[in-house]
Amino acid sequence: MTDGPISRRALLAGAAGALGAQALERAGLPVPQDPTKVPGTPVSPLGQRSPFERPRRVPVGTGQGISLTPLQNLSGIVTPADLHFERHHAGVPAIDPQRYKLLIHGMVERPTMFDLEALKRFPSVSRLCFLECSGNGFPSYRDIRPDLTPQLVDGLTSTSEWTGVLLSTLFRDVGVKPGARWFLAEGEDAAVMARSIPLEKASDDAMIAYGQNGEALRPEQGYPARLLVPGWEGNANVKWIRRIEIADRPFMTREETSKYSDPLPDCTARLFSFAMDAKSVITFPAYPVTLPDKGWWEIEGLAWSGRGRVRRVDVSTDAGRHWAPAELQQPVLPKCHTRFRYLWTWDGGDTTLLSRAADETGYVQPTLDELRQARGRGTTYHFNHIRAWTVRRDGTVVFGLEG
Amino acid sequence: MSLRTLAAIVALALVGSTCGRAEKGEVRVAAPTRYGFGRPATAAEVRAWDIDVMPDGTGLPPGSGAASQGAAIYARKCAACHGKTGTEGPFDRLVGREPRERFPFGRDPRLVKTIGNYWPYATTLYDYINRAMPLDAPGSLKPNEVYSLVAFLLSRNEIIADTAVMNAATLPRVVMPAHDRFVTDTRRGGPEIR
Repeated sequence: MTDGPISRRALLAGAAGALGAQALERAGLPVPQDPTKVPGTPVSPLGQRSPFERPRRVPVGTGQGISLTPLQNLSGIVTPADLHFERHHAGVPAIDPQRYKLLIHGMVERPTMFDLEALKRFPSVSRLCFLECSGNGFPSYRDIRPDLTPQLVDGLTSTSEWTGVLLSTLFRDVGVKPGARWFLAEGEDAAVMARSIPLEKASDDAMIAYGQNGEALRPEQGYPARLLVPGWEGNANVKWIRRIEIADRPFMTREETSKYSDPLPDCTARLFSFAMDAKSVITFPAYPVTLPDKGWWEIEGLAWSGRGRVRRVDVSTDAGRHWAPAELQQPVLPKCHTRFRYLWTWDGGDTTLLSRAADETGYVQPTLDELRQARGRGTTYHFNHIRAWTVRRDGTVVFGLEG
Repeated sequence: MSLRTLAAIVALALVGSTCGRAEKGEVRVAAPTRYGFGRPATAAEVRAWDIDVMPDGTGLPPGSGAASQGAAIYARKCAACHGKTGTEGPFDRLVGREPRERFPFGRDPRLVKTIGNYWPYATTLYDYINRAMPLDAPGSLKPNEVYSLVAFLLSRNEIIADTAVMNAATLPRVVMPAHDRFVTDTRRGGPEIR
């Protein structure tokens, strides 16, 4: 690469982990000087990304680890299935779909075993919605560093089109007994991961999903079937689901008591904090991008709310002194990533960029101070405060407020 | 849509049923109360998978164990991940009662949650160890082993006596130090930040 100014395209390509033609040629992939002068490659049974594009998750840890979605490389609202974030409690199980079974029992008239074929025979629904780990954003609250990318700050959220059968349909078939209030959702992984879910969520929009972005679920997302509780913290969306037990009270599993609970400043801890409150993050410009010159730049990002539609996103290009509404890219769907854009003329000076989402309940994304006031510095999940990116006059962009 | 459903629609259309008719030639079939897909689960199938244990002891199997037996199992199967005394790691710290008086986890990010200072229900220990531990051989422990490990961890956390025997009757009666610290979620959307 030369020393001269580099294009935004090159910058974005660099951030995307894209390769130059020379590197591909070194790797044995010929790239003709003029593609119009040689026949192209033939048709194939399975498409591949352009070899120039190398978006990657960032895996952290092993079987109990996380793997973060490269938010800064995505366009639109859908996350490619192979880039959907991961969070597992004992690795990804290998499940034979022919042997897969889902048991529904407990306070039901008819304890029933469903195989995958039976689940698919029920009337199906498809919907787009986000899925977010409730620990997403941890570094932006408790470990703020300038060299955080959108992926490292907020990469534990992804959006897919999910297809499956509504839980209300299954529950009507097995006959829920009077007095039932909760159900246990349990996975077929080595953690036999289990969460208690209020029965109202089943009457609302919970589903057993077996499709993701037009194909079967990826193993990392719960193949062959998972629970989907739209808008609720990722952990409650139990993957590889094999058992649902209906009961009159919660089960108080390890995850929902000792892990996914929220310590508060009044010396209590909140149980069953399912909903993901409204949130937004700017994905461009963001570290490690460098803006080569002042002038027109389009600020882009994602906003979402677990309580419904994003109603508006405001952007500030002067560290919060003034705010202006961003354009929301259609479709704006409930409990779904919503892309926002804001056209900005950078004057070449030091400044800080902020985004603030509001949802249809009237909830407005809080500042870091407001959230710390409400939750305390020691809380461990649900970090939906406003994120900041500082643009320095040399064009570099870093995470967090400076000065 | 199954072939049978399709055939039903065609048949209804042919006889000119008025059921749910929207336009000429278009007939809608009302959904049934039950589809009846899947098959009855057998009692043995339910028993094999129904492993959860509730705070009132529902789901606890026969068997028992005490801390002395648990110590030996812990040293063999747990200490590599959780440390010799349950405090050293490298994975989750299991033992520790501090801070005893308050519950300042929201205020102080340095605090480490343990069974003794944070877990609200003793039965959850049985449920979790039985379903997921040890990490390299989950679901391999017999009820007596799980009860022994539960007794060991509760006694190391100074919640039960070293000699106390844990079984389906005694474990649900153990009151955890953090039991009264947990509250329900009051967030409801709207303008308030909670």
